Amino acid sequence: MSGLAGLTGFALRRTVGALVTLLAISVIVYVVFYVTPGNVAQITCGPRCSPAQVQQVAEQLHLNDPLYTRYLNFLQGLVAGQDYSTGTSVQHCSAPCLGLSYQSDQQVTALILAKLPVSLSLVFGAMVLWLILGVGTGVLSAWRRGRLTERLLTGVTLVGVATPVFVIGLVLMIVVCGQLQLLPFPQYVALTDDPEQWAWNLLLPWLSLALIEAAAFARLTRAAMLETLAEDHIRTFRAYGVGERSVIGRHALRGAVAPVIALNANNFGGAVGGAVLTETLFGLPGIGQELVHAVNVVDLPVVVGMVLVIGFFVVLANAVADVLYAVADRRVVLA
Amino acid sequence: MSLVEVTGLTVEFGSLRAVDGLSFRLERGAALALVGESGSGKSTVASALLGLHRGTGARVGGAIEVAGVDVQEASDEELRRLRGAKAAMVFQDPLSSLDPYYAIGDQIAEVYRAHTRAPRRAARARAVEVLDRVGIPDAVRRSRSRPHEFSGGMRQRALIAMALACGPDLLIADEPTTALDVTVQAQILDLLHTLREETGMGLLLVTHDVGVAAESVDEVLVMRHGRAVEQGPVGTVLGSPAQPYTRELLGAVPRVDAPRAVAQASAEELVTGEESVTGEAEVVLEAAGLRREFGRRKRAFTAVDDVSLTIHRGETLGIVGESGSGKTTLGRMLVGLLEPTAGEVRYDGHARVGVRPAVQMVFQDPVSSLNPRRSVGESIADPLRARGEKDEERIRGRVRELLERVGLDAAHYDRYPHEFSGGQRQRVGIARALAADPRLIVCDEPVSALDVTTQAQVVALLGELRRELGLALVFVAHDLAVVRQVSDRVAVMRSGRIVEEGPADEVYDNPQDPYTKQLLAAVPALDPRIAAQRRAARRELAVV
Amino acid sequence: MTEAVLAAEAPGAAAPGASGARQFWRRLRTQRATLVAAVVVALLVLVALAAPLLTAIEGQDPTTYHPSLVDSARGGVPIGSFGGISGDHWLGVEPQTGRDLFARLVYGARVSLGVALAATVVQVAIGVVVGVAAALGRRWVDQVLSRFTDVIVAMPLMIMALALLAIVPSSFPRPVLVALVIGLIAWGNIAKIVRAQALTLKGLDYVAAARLSGWGTWRIARRELLPGIAAPVITYAALLVPANIAIEAALSFLGVGVKPPTPSWGQMLTAADVWYQAAPQYLLLPAGALFVTVLALTVLGDGVRTALDPRAASRLRVGTGRKREARA
Repeated sequence: MSGLAGLTGFALRRTVGALVTLLAISVIVYVVFYVTPGNVAQITCGPRCSPAQVQQVAEQLHLNDPLYTRYLNFLQGLVAGQDYSTGTSVQHCSAPCLGLSYQSDQQVTALILAKLPVSLSLVFGAMVLWLILGVGTGVLSAWRRGRLTERLLTGVTLVGVATPVFVIGLVLMIVVCGQLQLLPFPQYVALTDDPEQWAWNLLLPWLSLALIEAAAFARLTRAAMLETLAEDHIRTFRAYGVGERSVIGRHALRGAVAPVIALNANNFGGAVGGAVLTETLFGLPGIGQELVHAVNVVDLPVVVGMVLVIGFFVVLANAVADVLYAVADRRVVLA
Repeated sequence: MSLVEVTGLTVEFGSLRAVDGLSFRLERGAALALVGESGSGKSTVASALLGLHRGTGARVGGAIEVAGVDVQEASDEELRRLRGAKAAMVFQDPLSSLDPYYAIGDQIAEVYRAHTRAPRRAARARAVEVLDRVGIPDAVRRSRSRPHEFSGGMRQRALIAMALACGPDLLIADEPTTALDVTVQAQILDLLHTLREETGMGLLLVTHDVGVAAESVDEVLVMRHGRAVEQGPVGTVLGSPAQPYTRELLGAVPRVDAPRAVAQASAEELVTGEESVTGEAEVVLEAAGLRREFGRRKRAFTAVDDVSLTIHRGETLGIVGESGSGKTTLGRMLVGLLEPTAGEVRYDGHARVGVRPAVQMVFQDPVSSLNPRRSVGESIADPLRARGEKDEERIRGRVRELLERVGLDAAHYDRYPHEFSGGQRQRVGIARALAADPRLIVCDEPVSALDVTTQAQVVALLGELRRELGLALVFVAHDLAVVRQVSDRVAVMRSGRIVEEGPADEVYDNPQDPYTKQLLAAVPALDPRIAAQRRAARRELAVV
Repeated sequence: MTEAVLAAEAPGAAAPGASGARQFWRRLRTQRATLVAAVVVALLVLVALAAPLLTAIEGQDPTTYHPSLVDSARGGVPIGSFGGISGDHWLGVEPQTGRDLFARLVYGARVSLGVALAATVVQVAIGVVVGVAAALGRRWVDQVLSRFTDVIVAMPLMIMALALLAIVPSSFPRPVLVALVIGLIAWGNIAKIVRAQALTLKGLDYVAAARLSGWGTWRIARRELLPGIAAPVITYAALLVPANIAIEAALSFLGVGVKPPTPSWGQMLTAADVWYQAAPQYLLLPAGALFVTVLALTVLGDGVRTALDPRAASRLRVGTGRKREARA
């Protein structure tokens, strides 16, 4: 097998695939949102606008153009940037341009970039936490299989799996910040300003997001390890006098790596959804909170832009996971 | 002191007694084979020798002593030091027996370090040394490969290398060649033989194949239902068996060196047999220039390449080849389950596309060839219903008739596949094929999943049906001996092509193609003396 | 012992059918946790179905405001101890509005279970159709459907649902809409599972035998493939229901799911963090209800999986007879 070369080729093909997926998502999102019933111009203009005013707004937002021209314009803006006239002045929106907000005339790209660090801090911090907690618990369960420890852990993880993220978040916030007053109510502090405060303030959001995901990973790790333990090659090493520590820590754990990567990719989108809830709950000024706001005022360019950006991260995470999976499990056909 | 001494061994899994009061002894440097059909408990004995049942819930009774260690009484640590160091085991399926994620050299080094405390580098060096010893070419580089990058035979060599790593006194080989092709099997058996000569280690071989035992050991212990049936020197047990079961077992083993038993054949059949050879009998199916490719572009490979065949009424054509030779693909094209990439299949002189009821198939795997959710009667009735038969009474009647014809009980109509044994399921499969009133049945490895006694019965049934119904049979198999016993004509396949074709006795007694010669030389002989001659012959062929 | 070995092998070769139904129930019955979960789920369904009856017995309904029961001077805290629990209001009243909490809770169960089940039905229906079509269709059909499924899987469910729900006019019946949106976005995984299983089954010899019998594609799909797909689909669907309940609650929590005055557990939690000290059951009741429901359904789903398929992993490796033959 051509090893590294094959892997590079695979990574390249996977990147192209991710781009195609993104394009498809953009078409679906664009069509779905701009074809849905409901008069966007009326909502944007406000309930007291006269029909003539509504017509003017529709004209200004190009809502009367055919859908495909609008989509192509959108794509052009994304790739090459675009100029927008906002009545009195002309605003240049440089690539990647996701359009202007109907509500504030702000550039959507700028809006998202401003909020992105908060959301990225939340999601990736939580991811580190859930991987450590989840895999650790899973290994412990498999190691102590059939004993009290395993049964206790199984119960705890089941409770974790069954609790919706906002319920855990609510309970954590009320108990830790309200009743016990161990931590102040979280307020976002940028990592670049004060790393220590950044971490302290994000601790509760991280925990609420990570605990549930960790439970899923613990279950998977345990199941994958037990499955591996039942395989023939484990019997080989036992029959050759290799110690139990090496059998579990080296051979059984290795069998769980690929499934964990796959689950992380699969759950990433769900975790992003959970992040929206967490941000809303803790009042963190991230993309999720902005999205909920934009949705409530039907600010379509912002909604579409945010959905696409989040979709971009999910697709990216999936592509990275696929490549990692191929590295972790060289048996998969690199096709 | 003996190397292995087993006294009154009993192993129970729940209420099932897999081994029942077995005693035997193996001296240092000697070789003993445990021979038996599936369910005889032979593999359970092998596991018990290393105490592998400990902690699994199985109850092990009796005394086991291996290389001076009392396996029943030893502490976990003593047992660990026995395993791999003094007694090493080689398993049946080399792919699943190695960790897919680590390099082979690392896995061997890990085993070595578990017993010697050698530094990492020395352990790796030892791994390369033993890999080289078992005949892995370019062992330094190949030691960095993972199991899936090895061929089946190479993997089994690697597993044997792992066994050699700590220089054990005893090698336990559990069906070491069952998953391998016959030529590779011969190589592995020769390797075991050479290693034993060189190192003087003892060998305990577990096998269902009497021929494999005859090739490799000094003593044989025949097992059935967990008990010893007969034990003694290999020449005596196989040459003049004392027990009826041993005789039955040996009688069922198909012989590659004996011509087809003519005693069964009626005068009529002999006539049609001659006709088919001279080409006067009616042609049922004709394949012309068949070719089949799989995959696309860079990954494309040709499974079957320019194969032409003619099958006459009432004759049996054997197609024999090793794994990857394209024989199964060819069989599927003949029945129309696969469309050829080029060439055509002619039925009754007309080109044909897709399946047709008159050409049926009997499949290899008795587990997957019947839908587990439907009663066997319903499965057999399928061709009748598909033909448009509506009358339930007539359908039931015909299915009962077929069930009885293949040697099953007519009352089995409403039973489900899992209630039947492997041999019985193959009979159901044959009944289903017959329900379509076929003129030709392609049998794809119909007996390779069965024990030899069951195998002989199914082969006999196919022969009877052929005579009675004037069927043409295509018998696809990897087992040269079985093919010889059923076929009028034989085609030998290799890499998608037919390398030799002709009347069975001519091909077997006077092979022309070098590949056919190689195949025949690799078949294990039942007589240990002939086995030794063959081994020598193989060495010569390898030199040439 | 050959027979015993093969018999033991058979249920592994494919999940149970007519003969396996009994085994399925037997295995399900031996799991105590699953039985408890099944009872809890049955009770929840009963409560949801009997919501009008239960509230009639209490003498309340979920939408009537009771301004006299809240203290408007203190911002709308319920009057009386424990959030206004009384003979008339079994679980107290809602802060600010004074609506009956018991009535809202049991009607909330209707919404929760109803939306989750309906969404699951939509997911399974689309997933099975797309998966089977991809597995049995021509190469290009498979390519198109599989790519499309990949795109669907890559769309973040919560985000899409959140955005979609906001732009559909509120005249559309809300619970139906929520169920439809969840169902229409989140069918990708089930389609993938169905396709993989159908492809595995398609390669089995008994399907080839059915073709040789002379049956057409449609009949083979119906008789030989669909029953084999049922087991994994049921298993996965059993775990989709609790997931959908959580999603519905989350959407309602964000204010885009089920809209007031229709009661929903997620909605009840939205304001709960403000009131937890004055009226703790306003937080605890919906949170507890959600927790118990999702937990019971998850445990039940796990139990169904174990009972349907005790050797999920080994089923993927339907070995050839040759390899297994000699294993005593």
